Amino acid sequence: MKFKLAFAGPALTGIAAACLFVTAGTALSPASVAQDANADARTLRPAASFQSIANEQERSVALFTEAGKVIQHPRCVNCHPATDRPLQGASMHPHQPPVFRGDGGMGLPGMQCTTCHSAENIPVVGQADTVKSIPGNPAWHLAPIEMAWEGKTLGQICQQIKDPARNGDMTMDELVEHMAHDELVGWGWNPGAGREPVPGTQAEFGELIRAWVDTGAACPAS
Amino acid sequence: MTLHDITATRRGFLAGSGLVIGVAIAPKMLAAAPTGVQAGGDAALTPMNAFVKIGTDDTVTVLSKHIEFGQGPFTGLATLVAEELDADWGQMRALHSPTDNKVYANLSFGLQGTGGSSSIANAYEQMRKAGATARAMLVAAAAEEWGVPAAEITVEKGRIKHAASNRESGFGAFAERAARQTPPAEPRLKSPEDFVLIGTELPKLDTHGKTNGTAIFTLDITPDDLLIAVVAHPEHFGATVKSFDDAEARKVQGVVDVKQVPQGVAVYADNTFAALKGRDALSIEWDLSKAETRSSEELAADYVRLFREPGLEAANNGNVDEAFKAPGLQTVEAEIVFPFLAHAPMEPLDAVFIKAADGSVDIYNGAQFPGMDQTVAAQILGLDETKVRVNTQLAGGSFGRKAQFGSPYMQEAAAVYAASGANRPLKHMWTREDDIRGGYYRPMYAHRMRGAINAEGQITAWEQVIVGQSIMGKADLDETSVEGASNLPYAIPNLKVTSHNVPLVVPPLWWRSVGHTHTGFAVETFVDELFQKIGRDPVEGRLALLTEKPRHAGVLRKAAEMADWGGQVPEGRARGVAVVESFSSYVGQVVEVSVGPDGAPRVHKVWCAVDCGIAINPNVIKAQMEGGIGYGLGAVLFDAVTLGKGGRIIQSNFHDYRSIRINEMPDVEVEIIKSAEKPTGVGEPGVPPVGPAVANAWRSLTGAPVRQLPIVNIVSA
Amino acid sequence: MVTFTLNGQERTFDGDPDTPLLWVVRDFEKLTGTKYGCGVAQCGACTVHLDGMPRRSCITPISMVEGSEVVTIEGVSGKEADAVKTAWAGLDVPQCGYCQSGQVMSAVALLQMVPKPTDADIDGAMAGNICRCATYHRIRAAIHNAASSMEG
Repeated sequence: MKFKLAFAGPALTGIAAACLFVTAGTALSPASVAQDANADARTLRPAASFQSIANEQERSVALFTEAGKVIQHPRCVNCHPATDRPLQGASMHPHQPPVFRGDGGMGLPGMQCTTCHSAENIPVVGQADTVKSIPGNPAWHLAPIEMAWEGKTLGQICQQIKDPARNGDMTMDELVEHMAHDELVGWGWNPGAGREPVPGTQAEFGELIRAWVDTGAACPAS
Repeated sequence: MTLHDITATRRGFLAGSGLVIGVAIAPKMLAAAPTGVQAGGDAALTPMNAFVKIGTDDTVTVLSKHIEFGQGPFTGLATLVAEELDADWGQMRALHSPTDNKVYANLSFGLQGTGGSSSIANAYEQMRKAGATARAMLVAAAAEEWGVPAAEITVEKGRIKHAASNRESGFGAFAERAARQTPPAEPRLKSPEDFVLIGTELPKLDTHGKTNGTAIFTLDITPDDLLIAVVAHPEHFGATVKSFDDAEARKVQGVVDVKQVPQGVAVYADNTFAALKGRDALSIEWDLSKAETRSSEELAADYVRLFREPGLEAANNGNVDEAFKAPGLQTVEAEIVFPFLAHAPMEPLDAVFIKAADGSVDIYNGAQFPGMDQTVAAQILGLDETKVRVNTQLAGGSFGRKAQFGSPYMQEAAAVYAASGANRPLKHMWTREDDIRGGYYRPMYAHRMRGAINAEGQITAWEQVIVGQSIMGKADLDETSVEGASNLPYAIPNLKVTSHNVPLVVPPLWWRSVGHTHTGFAVETFVDELFQKIGRDPVEGRLALLTEKPRHAGVLRKAAEMADWGGQVPEGRARGVAVVESFSSYVGQVVEVSVGPDGAPRVHKVWCAVDCGIAINPNVIKAQMEGGIGYGLGAVLFDAVTLGKGGRIIQSNFHDYRSIRINEMPDVEVEIIKSAEKPTGVGEPGVPPVGPAVANAWRSLTGAPVRQLPIVNIVSA
Repeated sequence: MVTFTLNGQERTFDGDPDTPLLWVVRDFEKLTGTKYGCGVAQCGACTVHLDGMPRRSCITPISMVEGSEVVTIEGVSGKEADAVKTAWAGLDVPQCGYCQSGQVMSAVALLQMVPKPTDADIDGAMAGNICRCATYHRIRAAIHNAASSMEG
């Protein structure tokens, strides 16, 4: 349902405007202003643009920090939880209904991910304006507990990603391939209606990770 | 399970209801009955009186004047009939009675209605008399047929016997002849010590159909050519349609029509999904000029301001003002704010309208006041009331939501049907969002409490101010705002309770246990704080002030004994206690709580003692205590309907209006106090004590009193 | 046109392919044991078995069901189903009853996967099924009873 509020001036549509309404109340600014303000959070700087940083280690850190806008986004962290329970939504609250890791991160018997999630995002029609779709992907599952990102700093995540014991025993090349091409990782850029995608594109993200590896895979201090 | 088994199961359960035929000729495999259950049952059953019908197959069908939505009147009322009829439990069936405000009046209300935990209490004698009358008529018929004196005939477990002539029969063979007998003016009722069914754990009559998917609820009624209608409602209370654009909605495959109705914009479609998709495609401009635009936070601030204003006097014993001036006092103060609560029954509100060939209309719905629905629907449809038949259906819960004076839901449903042109059968349904955002909430309330403790450690004065909407829409004192506080059970010499009625366009309604949902919490947490202040044990402290209240004391003592109160409590856990009387039933509960992994209370166990007079069916009573505890606990832990900035309703579905789930449900142990008092209700009284008992345990565990609900909001804040 | 198997019989649906399985089953097949409670996979009242696994039919577009086997409360069978229904009746689990088709479907699926579930297994499998009457206490006991009854 689309709502126009008689006192609100511009027509409000879509989830972004709904969020705006909650935070900004009746003193609404045009949606475009909000977009500009958030533009930096929605895009990724190209890897090439980091060439201006002369020191390779600093450049490496800067590249990973930029990639961190993806890695630390709720779209990614929600399924890299620190407990057996995934998180949900932009506020990263515990998943409702309560679901738990189970074998292979696919859920518990009788309540696997596939009880609700499909191979693709499924639009929800005619129900809650805060539940526009049920996210889905053929590989939908939780990251293993050793790959937990919830509650960790970017520096800690960085060290973890490089550690074969905590990255699924991937070489750095495999890691680049995973970040650049894995389909479930790619879901972050196509998360379904009502969900903010991670910034940039998966290709840009892959290039950042490639460039980070090529510059020695240095990690932020914190 | 095969088709044959399912049909057989249905036949067992619904024998004589007429539905069996519907199943047998249903065109598709395993299809449910497309039409609703006709109130009153099959014409082939022989009526003994307004409440009892007997079939040729010996089945006894009890017509329940009360709606069955899980609280057990089908089983309870049938138990009362079967007891006096000397029937066998296996032959008993139950169905909803037709709608009739005189014949089927709730004897406590004066019109047909279900509510106030009154079903058993008001019908206790009436249904026993209905059974005893039917028994007398069957005996008279047998005496006539066998040519023997009625006094020599006995009835036991559904068999009519004449020992001297060695003759025996079931009820069915005599049903017609019995119906022609003159009913006794005053049938003799059994003495309680002769009861054989009352007080035993009889299985419920409605379990099977509710286990295998065959029970028919309003939403399940799907006659041919059915039109589905949903209404787009505003997100602000008091908003109205200013204008709308339905061009996109009309393009949706299956959408038939779009009409404005007083409550919003109705979309009509050939199937439910098309109706929902069509409603989603509407573009509506709402007029907010008369809408509530304050947030819940702003409302609470306005409520709290009223604490200092003079209010409506609900109780004034002794002299509270003087008592607070006494020297050497310690005083304790607390302010508690309660949120709006939605009832959120599993089956959202719905109704089906089917026009008969003669222009009269059958309505199928789950109303607690069917007579009122009939009147309202007749007015809106422009029909004489006799041309509107309200057929009460099993309802997927209610908790008070389906008991509305003036039938506002039926006003919407009937307006939608009328606007459709009434040419096709129509089902009007609410989605979960319509339900959560639909108002008729347990109102917001704010309580201010003050207690005085003298130098001897006695509680000498209690002052309580309650601010909130009047559920009854009154300008003067509304008893439902102060019940449980104005009649404080504790012997405190100086007591003053006042209230303020706040006008608000958010429509209020009773919510399972009504005023006790907040007064029980406020009283039982505050008295506990007073005992803490004077260093008294919460159970002993209460008992010392309940010497004139033996039934309160009885359930409190029993619950404490069940829990081994004072005994060892596992590390990391604490216990809390509360006792509340509501609807003339008394419930004491002890709970055991720890801090859960998410920082919120985890309730492990509830020990519950209930005194509801004579226990008609202990199985149903225990179920209602278990369910009431879960329902009350979920609300106290998780739930609030919140108006956001500008008055927009925030919550919309179970993802943000959380229901308690199985992993959050405590183990529950229930004991029923043996009593010879007349039976009282159990649908609501299990609810009030659990919230304060949990808050008391939480305070003892963490040191933090609960002054705002739900608890999850304060622990995560 | 979507072709699928419903309770062992082949069915076709040629309406809007986005239509959730829930409404196909209820509105078109008139099998009304499967209930609507939320429409957003929060309550579990609409639970069916899709290719042998529990699935919320309210968020399952019929287009996804092509070639699949759907079993509803009306068609669920086998020893686990029999044990669950018997245990449910034995403890008089339902109150209003509206959610119970979904509860039964989830419980049957659990027992098919875990014949002797612990309380934690029950929490894990059943936490997606809301019962507003809060019959959870008896649901848990009935699942244990059903499991015990299948041992013999």
